[in-house]
Amino acid sequence: MDLAPLLLSFQVAAIATLITGALGVCLGAVLANPRVPGRDVLDVLFTAPMVLPPTVLGYYVLVALGRRSTLGQAFESLTGSPIVFTKTGAVVAAVIGGLPLTVKAARAALEGVDRALVLAARTLGAGPLRAFVTIELPLASRGLLAGIMLAFARSLGDFGVTLMVAGDIPGETQTASLAIYDAIQAGREEHALGLVAVLTAFAVVTLYAVNRLTARPAPR
Amino acid sequence: MTLRVHLVANRPGLSLDVRFEVPPGVTALFGPSGAGKSTCLAAIAGLLRPDRGTVTLGDDVWLDTARGIAKPIERRGVAFVFQSLALFPHLSGVANVAYGVDPKLSRAARRERALAMMDRMRCAHVAERKPPTFSGGEAQRVALARAFAMGPRLVLLDEPLSALDRGLRADLCADVRDIALTLGIPVVLVTHQPSEVRALADRVLMLRDGRVVGEGGVELVLGPLAPSDDPTSERRFDFADTPLPTSPRFARSG
Repeated sequence: MDLAPLLLSFQVAAIATLITGALGVCLGAVLANPRVPGRDVLDVLFTAPMVLPPTVLGYYVLVALGRRSTLGQAFESLTGSPIVFTKTGAVVAAVIGGLPLTVKAARAALEGVDRALVLAARTLGAGPLRAFVTIELPLASRGLLAGIMLAFARSLGDFGVTLMVAGDIPGETQTASLAIYDAIQAGREEHALGLVAVLTAFAVVTLYAVNRLTARPAPR
Repeated sequence: MTLRVHLVANRPGLSLDVRFEVPPGVTALFGPSGAGKSTCLAAIAGLLRPDRGTVTLGDDVWLDTARGIAKPIERRGVAFVFQSLALFPHLSGVANVAYGVDPKLSRAARRERALAMMDRMRCAHVAERKPPTFSGGEAQRVALARAFAMGPRLVLLDEPLSALDRGLRADLCADVRDIALTLGIPVVLVTHQPSEVRALADRVLMLRDGRVVGEGGVELVLGPLAPSDDPTSERRFDFADTPLPTSPRFARSG
């Protein structure tokens, strides 16, 4: 089994999960706040990637971050490397796949925290940020962790958006999912089996852990 | 310092229009369910915004809707003991109590102050345990210790003793009253139990249908305690059949 695609997948998924974890918790907190106007519209915006076809998502990313786009050109002038058809593009694709899962999980977990506890913290002198960090985050931690784990698993197996945005360049952007596709297309099934087994095992273990995390209620 | 409150709020099922003062000592907001007692407390603490009104403590304006003033909850110095107690389940007893202690103090000093208040509220034995392991009485005592340890300027108690049995309630009433009087600050107790009013309060504000319909000393509003009455009993007060003492207004007994 060629380990390079697998290692690249884990590397890309790890970086993407750091981004989706931080971004997802912040966006989940915004969406969980009933005072935020238009939060249901924002929710649709951030979770649409769950239902949009990967080709459509990939198209949007190419338009927004491609070499002719403003953002793409700005990134390239700063780093000397484009976003698309590089490892950065693979990370962007993985973020897009994982973000909706962390946003949804974070919103649900934060909305599940007893509002009286937050108000109690506020009356005890805590500003909104301290109340969030010391009360809401710890009490929502199981749900947040479950969302982050799902996002990691989702990022690890991304195929469509990665293919559109990062291409399928062996040794550069060829992740495990793409390597499996290539091997099957070329009739080299034996090369795909190891990767298939690892990705399957990882997905099963992740789902089991997520179920365990979310099945037990948070301490009250 | 005296708390002065004027609140007007129209909510589904409640039309609130009250004006009252709370001097230092314990004042009971007494009335049937749905009278607007808890809404008053929430508005005083800043947990909800009334349609119109003012809330001042001494010279400090917390709320003045006409002038667009609404002091943030965390800067009012209000200790609010919720009916649910709202203890933080992931923090130990002492961490709960220390949460509101002046953050400028060192960690050790905050813990020391928290433990001293827990000792005074006779709940120091649960300092290292977490709230899900507390008994009902222990949880009440920790919640009250947390409220008093922050050095509040005003204490709001929303039926904090309702879940306790008679013996525990009498014990706790004595401790709460003792600390409240020592601090010399206004304490507002929301309750529909006459026994709690008699055991804790100096004054009573009777609310009904969102209006203050009577105020004065405890005996003036509730009537004298009959020799056969147990002040800690849970005998229900018959709001409907009780003639309302509306005079003298602001008769102070404490």
